[in-house]
Amino acid sequence: MSSVVLYTVLMLSALGVISAVVLYFVAQKFKVYEDPRIDEVEAVLPGANCGGCGYPGCRGFAEAFVKAEDISTLFCPVGGNDTMGNAAKILGKEAAAVDPMVAVVRCAGTPEHRAKTNAYDGAKSCRIATSLYSGDTGCQFGCLGLGDCVDVCNFDAIYIDEVTGLPVVDQDKCTACGACVKACPKFIIELRKKGPKGKRIFVSCVNKDKGGVAKKSCSVACIGCGKCVKTCPHDAITLENNLAYIDFNKCKLCRKCVEVCPTNAIWEVHFPARKPKVEDETAQPVSES
Amino acid sequence: MLKTFSIGGVHPPENKFSAGSKIVALPLPKQVSIPIAQHIGAPATAVVAKGDKVKVGQLIAQSSGFVSANIHSSVSGTVASLDPIMDSTGYKRPAITITVEGDEWDETIDRSTDLKVECSLTAEEIIAKVGQSGIVGMGGATFPSQVKLSVPKGKKAEVLIINGVECEPYLTSDHRVMLEMGHELMVGIQILKKALGVNLALIGIENNKPDAISHLAQIATKYSGIEVHALKVQYPQGGEKQLIKALINREVPSGGLPIEVGAVVHNVGTAIAVYEAVQKNKPLFERVVTVTGKHLATPSNFLVRIGTPISEVIAAAGGVPENTGKIVNGGPMMGKALNTIDAPVTKGTSGLIAFPAEEAKRKEAQSCVRCAKCVSVCPMGLEPYLLNRLSQKKMFERMEHEHVLDCIECGSCSFECPANLPLLDYIRLGKAEVGKIVRARKA
Amino acid sequence: MNKLLAVSPSPHVHSGESVNKLMFNVVLALLPALAVSIYYFGLGAFVVTAIAVVSCLAFEFLIQKYLLKVTPSISDGSALVTGLLLAFNLPSNLPWWIIVIGALVSIGIGKMSFGGLGNNPFNPALVGRVFLLISFPVQMTSWPLPIESRAHYMDALTGATPLALVKEGLKGGQTMSTISEHIPNNMQLLMGSMGGSLGEIAAFALLIGFAWLLFKKVITWHIPVSIFVTIFAFTGILWLIDPAHNADPFFHLLTGGVMLGAIFMATDYVTSPMNPKGMWIFGIGIGALTVIIRVWGAYPEGVSFAILIMNAFVPLINTLVKPKRFGEEVKKNG
Ligand code: SF4
Ligand code: SF4
Ligand code: SF4
Ligand code: SF4
Repeated sequence: MSSVVLYTVLMLSALGVISAVVLYFVAQKFKVYEDPRIDEVEAVLPGANCGGCGYPGCRGFAEAFVKAEDISTLFCPVGGNDTMGNAAKILGKEAAAVDPMVAVVRCAGTPEHRAKTNAYDGAKSCRIATSLYSGDTGCQFGCLGLGDCVDVCNFDAIYIDEVTGLPVVDQDKCTACGACVKACPKFIIELRKKGPKGKRIFVSCVNKDKGGVAKKSCSVACIGCGKCVKTCPHDAITLENNLAYIDFNKCKLCRKCVEVCPTNAIWEVHFPARKPKVEDETAQPVSES
Repeated sequence: MLKTFSIGGVHPPENKFSAGSKIVALPLPKQVSIPIAQHIGAPATAVVAKGDKVKVGQLIAQSSGFVSANIHSSVSGTVASLDPIMDSTGYKRPAITITVEGDEWDETIDRSTDLKVECSLTAEEIIAKVGQSGIVGMGGATFPSQVKLSVPKGKKAEVLIINGVECEPYLTSDHRVMLEMGHELMVGIQILKKALGVNLALIGIENNKPDAISHLAQIATKYSGIEVHALKVQYPQGGEKQLIKALINREVPSGGLPIEVGAVVHNVGTAIAVYEAVQKNKPLFERVVTVTGKHLATPSNFLVRIGTPISEVIAAAGGVPENTGKIVNGGPMMGKALNTIDAPVTKGTSGLIAFPAEEAKRKEAQSCVRCAKCVSVCPMGLEPYLLNRLSQKKMFERMEHEHVLDCIECGSCSFECPANLPLLDYIRLGKAEVGKIVRARKA
Repeated sequence: MNKLLAVSPSPHVHSGESVNKLMFNVVLALLPALAVSIYYFGLGAFVVTAIAVVSCLAFEFLIQKYLLKVTPSISDGSALVTGLLLAFNLPSNLPWWIIVIGALVSIGIGKMSFGGLGNNPFNPALVGRVFLLISFPVQMTSWPLPIESRAHYMDALTGATPLALVKEGLKGGQTMSTISEHIPNNMQLLMGSMGGSLGEIAAFALLIGFAWLLFKKVITWHIPVSIFVTIFAFTGILWLIDPAHNADPFFHLLTGGVMLGAIFMATDYVTSPMNPKGMWIFGIGIGALTVIIRVWGAYPEGVSFAILIMNAFVPLINTLVKPKRFGEEVKKNG
């Protein structure tokens, strides 16, 4: 009887030792050399795993970052310049400072400016609504307000305003990860330079219809009249498909275009208030081009 | 026991109010707007310019690829503009707008009503004629018909299946066509058989149309190789795969086409269009449209020129009633809700249904109670509750694994769900995403 | 046309089926059994049911409103069904406070802690019942005698269930033929004249409920039938091998919680598989486990345990067992 027990114990122990040895060698053979700096870089990253850098998660970014010859194309929007500086230090490199960016919603079609033409009654998703039809207003380019952008934001930085039905970005919380930009089926959100003290100027419209049609569907639409293009002293504005676009790298925040836009489609944010006289002028209706 | 398909299915209230109304030709509109993309595939290319005079049946836009279709003028008059118009989805799409002057038909069209039985064309000639005439699937799918008639190399068609099921509630256009144009239908079927080189055609009709079944069964005896089969009423029997299963008990493999089991399916409306094109030289520029609704004054079946504004068609049936909450283009299960009634009738408009306000809105969605009703009604054997959840979580790889691409978007799941979940909305979204992934992988 | 047209994806019609209607039909289907129970156990049955239902509804309302801070959904009827089913699983002389504890466990732990209707892995009523069975074994297994106990609630005359009698008898070395003198015959069992939980006794009334559920398409036949078939076949084989020491298959089908469990508890939407193939596996599992516990286990009855055990396998069954897909066979052949 006892010999049976003895044999069993011996057999099992031997088996255990053999497997341990085999496992050790297998592990050695398949061991991948991992640069220890990957862990270090990962440690300084924010750990949000948001994908804003274009890599699947922070680890993926750290791997690419350590491997890359030229780190100037890599940037973690969430961590910003500080994080990038720290990460570059680990590699003994220097990270070029990048202007902080922020998500900008380019639609101003509140119910007051843009009348509803039908009542959407499907699942609450901009993507589903877009694949079905043009939207519940006359503007086929505008925001649907169903909040796909809100759903994807990991930082609670964007919400739908109850009165306007449009998304609003909280510029202090927004990390410019770009998730909302990708989520919006109408391509309404854009990452733009945050600007000094949050001052920025942009065309808050994506309507590509001809002036008359655009104006009819939304009173604050860009009608493509080109006045801003002519006014801009810095050549920052281009006009394509009846829609003006301001290049934020060229824009010097002079505010001139804002004054001339007949439909108030150009927005300036975080600027001091203007004198009332100018406001009167901007309210002037202007004939369509 | 009547034949039907084997998995799933629902039986929504039929509400075929217009079944007894004879087909009436709608008076000519003042203006038509004919979209150049009315079919699945590449949009046609306009071949007329602003100011051109056109006749009824004249080619105005040329097919631009293998899967594309010619478009012909439905009226005579002057081309007023080539500007995009708002179509039934609200998007502005290219179209040819023509101001109507008189009703002058192209001389080559045989306008007599005599039945012409003999057809001397060869199979290739028939297929070419169908292509020239701009014929697309008339059941609503609008797939160019000549593509379906061109059997791929290595495959062989064994049987032609004619879809007279009309399983969608409310719609009656196919029903009326079968009753009023039975002989034309038979000749059209014979021509299709010749084009495909098959000897047998089966017409499947649901048992809620006994008059059409007996009428066609009786005249079918005068033609060789045409059988009429009564089918149990069951939605979505008009789906190609379901109809093939019901009639010849073969299952089209997942991701495959009907030709893989030797079958080709055409709608009755398509067969009539083929008759007219081949025997009368008349291209597709008008179609039968059911205009109906519980509270509509006179539910009707109209013969409508393509491009006629939907508002005029509804006006002819008594106008849009006061408390209308929704207007659907097509059947209630698969049709599209309109956001404007100014959009034009197209080749795929099988019906226009007005729903009273109290039936227009969906009921509030609750959480899934996992009753499995959606699973049991899905005719493709899918698990809609699961696909819905995966789609919301954006788990598209897993959705592909769960066969989401097999979904025929019949809507049975959403119809049945006691929790009023918008299952198909999310499944359709996931299906589109998976489709993108699959295409990206192939490319 | 002054109002805006509604636009939504297809389909544009709905069956009109709703969770409320389904639950309401389950309640209707339970009524015949409740009536029989009140006939046999009188006051007690009524009081126990009322307490269970009211406390389930109350707990659902209170937990949703004050703990989870969501809009209470008691109007969907699921708490009502849980209350009824819980009561059906209790003896008709159970003190009120034990019932209230059972309701709290059912709703609070069995349902709400998992996220409410649709997310609970285990049948809430059974969670409550098993909790009580383990915590209060004496009270939970003193069964009032039918008919004699009509005018009583907590002071009812009690006796053992037929299943317990058989189990005890066999353990004591008796054979079936001697035991059968003390237990009701199959006809009496069908009519429910025996001791037991208040809702489980009347097989015929429960079968009427089954017919109603099938007629209203609330459930499909797969789960109940697969359980019946398995229990019948399993106990039938045992009985054929050794009739002296095994009860006959009809006895097994008609006693204890088999009818109630198979028709009303195992078919609970949330905690049962989603397609016929899975349902068969689930039903066979429940049937087999029930018989194993009854014949070889420590308890005389095993339906509740069997259902709970199989509930745990449902997610696995749902992942592994898929419905028959259209076009699947052809693919394999080709
Ligand atoms: S608002 Fe957009 S860009 Fe900003 S953090 Fe949220 S998802 Fe990212
Ligand atoms: S910005 Fe885009 S994603 Fe966000 S609510 Fe508007 S349409 Fe939807
Ligand atoms: S029919 Fe609705 S409630 Fe039932 S399982 Fe499917 S999704 Fe869930
Ligand atoms: S829509 Fe798709 S998932 Fe839903 S029942 Fe039809 S085929 Fe099945």
